Amino acid sequence: MTATATPLGGRPSARTLRARASVGLVAAVLVTVVLVPLLFPLDEQAVDMANKLQAPSLTHPFGTDDVGRDVLLRCVYGLRVSLLVGVVAALAATFIGTAVGAAAGAAGGRTDRLVMRVVDVFSSVPHLLLGIFIVAMFRPGVWPVVISVGLTHWLSTARIVRAEVLSLRSRPFIDAAVSGGASRWRVGVRHLLPGVLPQAGLAAVLMVPHAIWHESALSFLGLGLPTHKASLGNMIQDARGTLLAGDWWPTLFPGLFIIVPTLAIAGLAGVWRERINPRRRSELML
Amino acid sequence: MNAPSSEPSSAHPPEPSATPSPEPSATPPSALELRGITAGYERGAPVLREVSLTVGAGEAVGLLGPSGCGKSTLARVAALLHRPYAGTVLLDGEPARGWRHRAPRAQRTSVGVVFQQPRLAADPRLTLAALIAEPLRATGRKDEAGERTAELAESVGLGGELLTRRPHEVSDGQLQRACVARALVLGPRLLICDEMTAMLDASTTAALVAVVEEYRARSGAALLAVGHDRTLLERWCDRTVEHAAVQAPTTGKDATGTDATAAATGTDAGAQVGGAPVRSGRRAPADTSAG
Repeated sequence: MTATATPLGGRPSARTLRARASVGLVAAVLVTVVLVPLLFPLDEQAVDMANKLQAPSLTHPFGTDDVGRDVLLRCVYGLRVSLLVGVVAALAATFIGTAVGAAAGAAGGRTDRLVMRVVDVFSSVPHLLLGIFIVAMFRPGVWPVVISVGLTHWLSTARIVRAEVLSLRSRPFIDAAVSGGASRWRVGVRHLLPGVLPQAGLAAVLMVPHAIWHESALSFLGLGLPTHKASLGNMIQDARGTLLAGDWWPTLFPGLFIIVPTLAIAGLAGVWRERINPRRRSELML
Repeated sequence: MNAPSSEPSSAHPPEPSATPSPEPSATPPSALELRGITAGYERGAPVLREVSLTVGAGEAVGLLGPSGCGKSTLARVAALLHRPYAGTVLLDGEPARGWRHRAPRAQRTSVGVVFQQPRLAADPRLTLAALIAEPLRATGRKDEAGERTAELAESVGLGGELLTRRPHEVSDGQLQRACVARALVLGPRLLICDEMTAMLDASTTAALVAVVEEYRARSGAALLAVGHDRTLLERWCDRTVEHAAVQAPTTGKDATGTDATAAATGTDAGAQVGGAPVRSGRRAPADTSAG
């Protein structure tokens, strides 16, 4: 999955570099979140007040937090949870969005208009507000967060998929399928859906950073994962008080762990997007 | 492709036709009957106004008209793919009972359609073999697919390796061959060819017309060939009809019986098409309005 060709003899283009950087970073993140928990187990309840708020050093490269826990290890565990939530929630959102969008596009007419107005209504409410409303109905945990993200983030995918289906639907090969005796279901599954899957897949990857941010935001607000769990949002929330005292490491590193992997994933999606359709580069902005 | 025909169509004077239809007339119901079809994409401005047209059982009718006059819409209405605002479609004497998916499957599949642009009419994700077999699979006759596909592929002249390719890996002519095979795979009683050869060269045109004629000779199916190539249609079909003549005048006056009075310029019919070179001189002078 190394990217586009380099200009003859010269240095790799900016696009190539971005692609390589994205691929490398995402690979590094995946290796880290898989390997580190195998090598270094984390006791989520353990505190070590003697070593609290130590600055980064060789034993604690990212320092320790206000109850003496290693920030690096908690960052890795937090990232693991965030990625898991992000991927699962993005898949859920994409599934819902594809189903709704494809159904609306394939049905057309009044159904289409009705469904898309519902989508508009949901879009007019801020994601986070709706997400908070949803998590507030459950006990804190991973699944409420996944549900919250899944139920609030399918709208843009539904729009993209509907537009694709509408454009595919009017092509003569659909006429040919109808004339060949294909049922509605078969036209949808055999001819329309495969046509929108690349776009839906791309939307899913672009959704992962959103989902991670959403999860972190909910955790930061104390509505996401249980507070003792290592989650990037929880860590920043916990360390908020110490920041004013000049202890920058317990907030900075979790922040970087949110920003860098999500940007890498977004970069990866960008590479994919350019490959699907170079001319549409600007249409699907993050 | 736009080279002026060396043989203007006036060389084919509309002589009274003594064409023997493959089947005796009158007794079997017409393969296709359109009565007062008004259709289009905007209610206020229909593309077709009260079109009436009959294709007898086993008959080959050519529908001539300039581009953009609604021929393709007419073909889609006849294939039950487009719901007209008014009028009746009868297939084998039976009125159409719905459009698109609402049409009963048996009625829908009794019409085979070949579209103008094979590129657009072929699902880009299917191999040519899958493309040809698709109607069989869609109608639950999967077990016949392999055998029928091989048989039809051979008759349209597609070799083994080509069948494993996808539409973007073959030429327009090869793809249109596959589309013709697809249209024939369910054994339709009526074949509608909407500008089937408009994008093809002369030899492919001849080959595809021969395939269609061979199928018709075997099955007795009727044909509605739509196009603006007068020379081709006059040679191919039992009779040709001008699009303008089957349609009501703009004033909306009575249009019944237009089909009968239409320029039924039956020429030397099906007999010579079989394997004979079909001239594909485009746009005879009489047809310059084609645009």
